[in-house]
Amino acid sequence: MADLKNVFDVAGRAMAAQMVRLNTVASNIANAEARAGSAETAYRPLRPVFQTVFEDGMRNSERASVEVRGLISLDRDPQRVHEPGHPLADDEGFVYLSAVDVNEEMVDMLEASRQYQNNLEVVTTLRTLMLRTVNMGKS
Amino acid sequence: MNALKEHISFQASALSLRDKRNTMLASNIANAATPGYKARDIDFDRAMARQVGDSPVRMTNMRHVDNLTGVGADAVQYRQSLNPSLDGNTVEMGVEQMEFSENSLRYMTTLTFLNKRISGLMTAIRGE
Repeated sequence: MADLKNVFDVAGRAMAAQMVRLNTVASNIANAEARAGSAETAYRPLRPVFQTVFEDGMRNSERASVEVRGLISLDRDPQRVHEPGHPLADDEGFVYLSAVDVNEEMVDMLEASRQYQNNLEVVTTLRTLMLRTVNMGKS
Repeated sequence: MNALKEHISFQASALSLRDKRNTMLASNIANAATPGYKARDIDFDRAMARQVGDSPVRMTNMRHVDNLTGVGADAVQYRQSLNPSLDGNTVEMGVEQMEFSENSLRYMTTLTFLNKRISGLMTAIRGE
């Protein structure tokens, strides 16, 4: 685990975390209509678990970023659909749809991309400020 | 030499505090989606008063406790959220963005003041 040396580390790690979130959304949407032969093997949506990382493990430290602690798959029951012609159908002719709600994933995607943009904006602003500070006294 | 230092020290401490506050606001924005994260901020006036050693409380006795160095003197505070969210996160994007842009602007202002002071000193040194 790299330590948080400056504000760019803070924003960079936050953006990496949001990117993981966007990737899980992409995986979930890709599997939205996937069918499986049993309820156990049906796809369940993935979610990242975010956790705050403090600069030195102390709550009063100046810098705090975020990391993905792990991925969990949501415990949702897949929908049971009668499709006797499907090659994966069980003995009674049922298949199991993945438990992904596409609308929910879209909302999550929008939020993640907005927060990614916010972090990028912070970096752009601070970079300008730092450049001006470096040139202090010259103008 | 001390006179030169004193000439720019106020703006210099203000600049470093603004930088500190910007880092803290950036941390809040980074943690906008972390459950349970509490948004933090610096009380700028208080922190600045502590830097320049100027207490609003008048001390008339040696044993009086200065409220800038005593209990609760740490200028880092938690933000009171306007719209509490279910996951315990108190970061509100609009608030943080506004505070961040205001703080950046004030950083620029302080930097401009500092530049003017430095160029004033340079003019005085050169005697032009």
